Amino acid sequence: MKSILGKSALLVAFVALSACTNPNGLGGGFGGGAGAGANGFEPGSVSDPTSPAYFQQAIGDRVLFEVDQSTLTNAGRATLTAQADWLITNADYMAIIEGHADEQGTREYNLALGARRANAVKEFLLSQGIPSSRLRTVTFGKERPIEICSNEACYSQNRRAVTVISAGLTS
Amino acid sequence: MTKIFLALMLVLTSVHMAPNAAMAQNGPLRIEITDGVIEPLPFAVPDFVAESNGAGQIAQDIARVVAADLSGTGLFREIPEEAFISTITNFASPVQFADWKAINAQALVSGAVSVDSSGNIAVKFRVYDVFAGQELGNGLRFRGTRDGWRRMAHKVADAVYSRITGESGYFDSRVVYVSETGPKNDRKKRLAIMDYDGANLKFLTDSNNIVLAPRFSPSGDRVLYTSYETGFPRVFVLDIGSVTRRVLEAQSGDMSFAPRFSPDGQSVVFSVTDGGNSDIYRMDIATGTRTRLTSAPSIETAPSFSPDGSKIVFESDRSGTQQLYVMNANGGEASRISFGQGRYGTPVWSPRGDLIAFTKQNKGRFHIGVMRTDGSEERLLTASFLDEGPTWSPNGRVIMFTRETQGANGSASLYSVDVSGRNLKPVRTQGGGSDPSWSPLQQ
Repeated sequence: MKSILGKSALLVAFVALSACTNPNGLGGGFGGGAGAGANGFEPGSVSDPTSPAYFQQAIGDRVLFEVDQSTLTNAGRATLTAQADWLITNADYMAIIEGHADEQGTREYNLALGARRANAVKEFLLSQGIPSSRLRTVTFGKERPIEICSNEACYSQNRRAVTVISAGLTS
Repeated sequence: MTKIFLALMLVLTSVHMAPNAAMAQNGPLRIEITDGVIEPLPFAVPDFVAESNGAGQIAQDIARVVAADLSGTGLFREIPEEAFISTITNFASPVQFADWKAINAQALVSGAVSVDSSGNIAVKFRVYDVFAGQELGNGLRFRGTRDGWRRMAHKVADAVYSRITGESGYFDSRVVYVSETGPKNDRKKRLAIMDYDGANLKFLTDSNNIVLAPRFSPSGDRVLYTSYETGFPRVFVLDIGSVTRRVLEAQSGDMSFAPRFSPDGQSVVFSVTDGGNSDIYRMDIATGTRTRLTSAPSIETAPSFSPDGSKIVFESDRSGTQQLYVMNANGGEASRISFGQGRYGTPVWSPRGDLIAFTKQNKGRFHIGVMRTDGSEERLLTASFLDEGPTWSPNGRVIMFTRETQGANGSASLYSVDVSGRNLKPVRTQGGGSDPSWSPLQQ
């Protein structure tokens, strides 16, 4: 156990060093609360600012929409600006943007609406300088709710576009 | 003969309605008969006669399916066997009409079943107009394999239904739908096919990928549907006989969904999403040539052909909300046909050509409704938290659709309703179900 711990501590130190050499790296977002340990973090974990987990949880992988709308909110734009910064810094990653709708709507319409929402996110990221070759959109309509109650508290969480970080696109 | 029966039905309606109406109100006797109020016609189907050894069980089973088909329409009411004064033990013997009259059986179906040495069965039947004391049409005989006994029963019921109502039947038909299991946030979906009454269930896909909205081909041999097999929604076509599937279009990159066949089965219309904008395309199946039918920045989806193939009804939010439009089958100008309150989607042209069924959302409720093809005479048939996705019975008499219940434990199931709005009832499925598509009558 001890030797394993020692190794991972070394690795953590190395990753932290390399991250620090990256001028765009951490910005202001890293200091507050992300690092669990006193001097480092676990690679690939939420405390690793180069990790998809960090993107998902520290930056925020999703934006929410008003009923039947695909217009980005101010909060959504702020999140996407941070997403774009991360994508520029971590240029090896691709992203699939998933568009979702709540259950109030017909299946076909919600597929089209989810496509609109995903595209709104894609357009914003493109405007921030992310090349289109790194972005792909998919709509799930109302097929993949994350909250399952049938009221606005849940619906508002389901009307979303989620930026899913992946190592590469195959299709 | 048909006229005789319809007349009987109307007489019966007034006879039965009068006392009820009188009891319900203390004012002057007044009966308001709407299109939706019909007293079901009483009929009797004694067990079919077994004319060979080993045919007894199947003779009973066939009679039960015939009776269930007729009762299930809501237009007929079965008189139970316990009420019978006499029964039929010999298919060739004269019918004792007085015994059937006495229990008010307006229609009587007699039948016989024999099994031959190779295990094939033959079913014959006659339909009687009891009060006229004569046969309605001529007797018919069907032959088939023993496994196919339910189909033969449905064929008998179709013939009986047709002779009494003057319309073609819909019992010898199938439904393809999406079988659903699991909670809302982890729902597993797979394509399933069954007889219209829920029997003979068979799965056509596994549940590894989301599958949506299957649609029968006009000859009932293929199914179009949307699958996430590639990670993205794409239209697939599946051959029912061999249970083999392929993506409809080889080219990748687009998302496509909401497919339907043209009435001649030669082409497919569907939505393609490009840059967040969904438009309707038509593809010739043989050549793979794709033609764009709409080009608007709004959502255009859910296309459905008129039965003569000349027009397409679809939904669009080009006006700001989801509404229904009709255009020529080759595209061009579209005219809006829905003007009521709320939003309209998933239009489906009736096989008779006279009506369009749709999903309507208004004031937080969902409805299945019908309107004439010019948008006039809108009628809502259902109301619930979430009804959607109508499909027509082959004779245009009944609409099947998805009903989803609300809340964390909400689930989807299939329902059917008569086009008059009567006879709303669940369709028997194994587990949950959604997105039904009703086949044509089988050949």
